[in-house]
Amino acid sequence: MDLVSAVENSCLRKDLPQFRPGDTVQVAVKVVEGGRERIQVFEGVVIRRRGSGLSETFTVRKISYGVGVERIFPLHSPKIAEIKVVARGKVRRSRLYYLRKLRGKAARIKERR
Amino acid sequence: MSKAILGKKIGMTQLFKEDGTVIPVTVIQAGPCTVVQQKTKEVDGYNAIQLGFGDISSNRVNKPLQGHFNKWGVAPKRYLREVRYDDAEMPAVGTEIKVDIFAEGDRVDAVGTSKGKGFAGVIKRWNFNRGPMSHGSMYHRRVGSLGATDPARVFKNRKMPGRHGNKRVTVSNLEVVRADAERNLLLVRGAVPGPKGSLVLIKETVKNRK
Repeated sequence: MDLVSAVENSCLRKDLPQFRPGDTVQVAVKVVEGGRERIQVFEGVVIRRRGSGLSETFTVRKISYGVGVERIFPLHSPKIAEIKVVARGKVRRSRLYYLRKLRGKAARIKERR
Repeated sequence: MSKAILGKKIGMTQLFKEDGTVIPVTVIQAGPCTVVQQKTKEVDGYNAIQLGFGDISSNRVNKPLQGHFNKWGVAPKRYLREVRYDDAEMPAVGTEIKVDIFAEGDRVDAVGTSKGKGFAGVIKRWNFNRGPMSHGSMYHRRVGSLGATDPARVFKNRKMPGRHGNKRVTVSNLEVVRADAERNLLLVRGAVPGPKGSLVLIKETVKNRK
C-alpha cells in the first residue's frame, strides 16, 4: 500500500468538478479581511494543471482592466469554497502559455462539446 | 524521559491547515519497535535500551545475533539501534514501543543517513563559490588557494573535494504534525535526511527542553 497517498486521501477534496486546461472557471476563494471572512470570485481560463495528489495546483488567467492576471491555486486547498466550470474549451495542449502573448479576439478559445 | 522510535522514511507530501497554509511533511512509518536489550550502569557502564525494528525471519540472522536475541528472549529484528536512558526508568525488555509516545505538537529530532553524493567537488561539498564561466576565465569550479605559502604545508581540516553524503545527519527540532498509532505513521514537519525507504531514528528533541 502506498502510504503517502493513504495520508493524502483523507484530505483530498472530492466535491470539486472536473476541469482541464482551456476551460473557463469561476473560483470562489475565501478571503479573510479584518477578521471577517468573505468570498471572492476569480474568473478566468485555466492555463495549467500541475502536480498530483494533494499538491496539485492549477493556474487561472484573466484580463483585469487590460492587464493579464494569473493566479495559482492549490486544488485541494480549504480556501477554495467552490469551483464552477463556466465554459469548456477545446485546446490542443496542456499548458496554454501561448495565451500570454495574445489578447482580445486572438485569445479566444473554441468551445468544446 | 527520553522517547525514541525507529522508522522507515516513506516520502514527503503536504497538508493544509484550516486557514489554507500548506505544511510540508515527511511521512515516516515508525514502529512498532521492541525493546531488545537493557544496558545498565553496573553491567555496561551506562544506561540505554536497544530498540529493534522490522521483523526478519530467524534464518536470515547470523549466529552471533541469534544468540543475542535468544539471550534476551526477543523475536529477531532487522534493525537495532541504541538509545541512551540516563535518568528515567527504562522500559522492560520485550516492551512494544509505538508512535503514540509522540503527540501532535511535540518537537523531535530525526537521525538518518544522508543521500550519498559520491566524490563531490568543493562547490557542492562545502558551498564554495565558483569562478566566472566565460570571458576566458579558465577558472570554473576549482578548489582555489589551499592557504598561505609560509607554513609550507596545508593545514589540517582544509576543505577539499571528496566523498560527500552518506553520513549520519541529525535534523533537530522538527514538529510532529500527526502521530497515527493505528497505521504506525508519524508525520513530521519538514525534511528528514536520507532516501525513501531508509531507516530513521526519531527522538525527543534535545533543544528547547523545559
